[in-house]
Amino acid sequence: MKIPILYNVRSVMQRPFSTALTALGVGLVVAVFIGMLALANGFRVALARTGSAANVLVLRKGADSELSSGLPRDVASMIGASPHVATGPDGRPLVSAEVYVLVPLHKSFDTTQVANVVARGVSDQAWTVRSNVKVVAGQRPASGRAEICVGQRLTSRFPNTGIGETLRFAGRDWTVTCHFTAAGSAFESEIWGENEQFMPVFRGEVFQTITFRLKDAAAFDEAKRALEDDRRMTVDAHRESEFYAQQSQLLGLILGYLAWGITSIMAVGAVFGAINTMYAAIAARSAEIAVLLTIGFKPFSILTSFLVESAIIAAVGGVVGCLLALPINGIVTSTTNWASFSEIAFSFRVTPMLLLSGLIFAVVMGVVGGFFPALRAARLQVIQALR
Amino acid sequence: MKYIPLVVANLLRHRLRTLLTIASVALALFLFASLRTVVTTLAATAQFGGASRLVSTNATGIVFPLPIAYANRLKAVPGVQGVSWANWFGGRYGDGKRFFANFAVDPESYLAMYPEIVIPPDQKEAFLHDRSAALIGKRLLTQFGWKLGQNVTLQGTIFPGDWTFTIRAVYTPTDPVIGDDVLIFHHAMFDERIGRAGIAGWFIVQIDNPDHAPAIAKSIDDLFRNSSAPTKTGTEREFQASFATMWGNVSLLMGTIGIAVVFAILLVTANAMMMSARERTGEVAVLKTIGFSDRKLFTLVMVEAGVLALSGAAIGLGGAKLLYKATNFNGLGFLPGFNVTSATLLLGAGVAIALMLASGLVPAMRAARLSVVQALRHVE
Repeated sequence: MKIPILYNVRSVMQRPFSTALTALGVGLVVAVFIGMLALANGFRVALARTGSAANVLVLRKGADSELSSGLPRDVASMIGASPHVATGPDGRPLVSAEVYVLVPLHKSFDTTQVANVVARGVSDQAWTVRSNVKVVAGQRPASGRAEICVGQRLTSRFPNTGIGETLRFAGRDWTVTCHFTAAGSAFESEIWGENEQFMPVFRGEVFQTITFRLKDAAAFDEAKRALEDDRRMTVDAHRESEFYAQQSQLLGLILGYLAWGITSIMAVGAVFGAINTMYAAIAARSAEIAVLLTIGFKPFSILTSFLVESAIIAAVGGVVGCLLALPINGIVTSTTNWASFSEIAFSFRVTPMLLLSGLIFAVVMGVVGGFFPALRAARLQVIQALR
Repeated sequence: MKYIPLVVANLLRHRLRTLLTIASVALALFLFASLRTVVTTLAATAQFGGASRLVSTNATGIVFPLPIAYANRLKAVPGVQGVSWANWFGGRYGDGKRFFANFAVDPESYLAMYPEIVIPPDQKEAFLHDRSAALIGKRLLTQFGWKLGQNVTLQGTIFPGDWTFTIRAVYTPTDPVIGDDVLIFHHAMFDERIGRAGIAGWFIVQIDNPDHAPAIAKSIDDLFRNSSAPTKTGTEREFQASFATMWGNVSLLMGTIGIAVVFAILLVTANAMMMSARERTGEVAVLKTIGFSDRKLFTLVMVEAGVLALSGAAIGLGGAKLLYKATNFNGLGFLPGFNVTSATLLLGAGVAIALMLASGLVPAMRAARLSVVQALRHVE
């Protein structure tokens, strides 16, 4: 016969102070677990959302980032004429040949700190090719003028990024004419201007990347083969979404390792604590357990009952941990993505899945921590205990 | 002193509990030491730099080159004793999964400027006289199983193609921040192969007196202000610090987690200690009856808590120190010179003492204040 859960709940309430301490300990572990994974998650999502599966990103062969690539003008026009490229409503091919550079900007909160911000010189079609990019305020930069559009995430972190203000880089003043969002992706940490304006002030007659929309999204492999086999150019073609996801790999990996490493060590510590607490709880209640055994409860019921009790304490801790971790959702932080060498702002993302895994993690800690003490309870010698 | 057996007996009564408590304290302090060392290592990277070395980069941004012809004009600036230059290469070895820094330098002037890079004299000669030679940090030898005299091929990511170098020399850095996983090769060979573009990523300028650094930096920048490639010059330390700040809030994050870890384990451990003290209420009463003073009982409980906290701390902190030393950990190359500092060890010891007070004080006071009659009433 099963021992009612109410027994465990009441027992837990009998020693509120020690239960609270154990639960809080588990809660902190869960909070760190969720927090670190939310960070890794936010970073990965920011980069994963940057690219579109319907776009192809062309780099010079062997280049592993946009920064290290370089493509001459004639490649841009050859790609523009490719049959795999979709055409816009105005009949022009949806291609953006882009200049990609990093410019050092001083941060607002601490002007001694400098961040490398992406300045992307785009063609007029870029705003259509990148379907997730939306101008939220102001007008797009006019062709032929030293005007720029600033990603939403930059505006709070860097001075002189308001509309109408001028930002100075590459030895010139640039007027900010608009702000844009891009569904939380890494584009939001970039400055966009016209490619023909950026070209002369940065690296001269060379593009870094060429991005185009596929006419048929399913025909990526044919398009890739056609471009890479073309003897007139030496390029690598990547699916845009895959390319940006790959750019997040290194840092994503580091953050993931950190999250798992730190939390597993913490978890072991917390489990040890839970074992101690449960042993002490059982030792204090040995007479009670003996009575339960005497009146006919099976040792197995005792075992499950104490496991449940331990799990309850841990679950309470898990809920506490979730509550502690929730407020970090949406907090914007920034770091350098070493794969592209540029600074990216992204937000912590606490997802329901993450909360759930935090809770499961807590319960697992409770069950693991409660197992041996519960086993001891189940094997209690009745005669000895009742003496 | 004569009470030591009593403390030991108390600790050994619940061996498993004692073991688990010590282990959880040890884990907490191991983690604490590791996280704090990330912070101190990043800070040390930012602090690196000879006081008499300046670095000039392109004012437009670190990714833009400077004309190599600047070297002669830099040499003519008053206070400048030596000039060297380097260019980031960014080559990839094998599948590129294991990243390491590699760049082209002007070998003679570069090595003269960096006494921190120690090379056996015969290897140094061999490196300087072979234009296709590479100088590598000793970690790369073990990392990839390379040997002296072997050819290695890197795939250029910025400068396309396969680049083959002969390993002619292996260096050991005297300052760990330099990193022992760098590959350095001849700028002359690099320049020739990219079509004599005459570019340098950055210049290193040796100056006569560290106090003159700001003035010399300014005169260098003034010199090139109106050229097509203006410079930005600062001390090497500022240059390094700019990389360290790129991590953004990582230090803050590590610090926060460290506090959370310590606090979590503190709660759990304190709880375990208090529960074990509660079990012994009867015993304490008996001890009081046979003449133990309140003060003595207080001390006994505190000593017990101290043994648990301090032995856990010794294992955790010592373990962290030894483990990172033995495995030569450098965080995938991102944390060169990862070493648990004595300040971290001291701070960890402080945490252990705080833990001892937090977990021992309540039970110790309870033991000291215990009313014998009340307590013995429950003893069967």
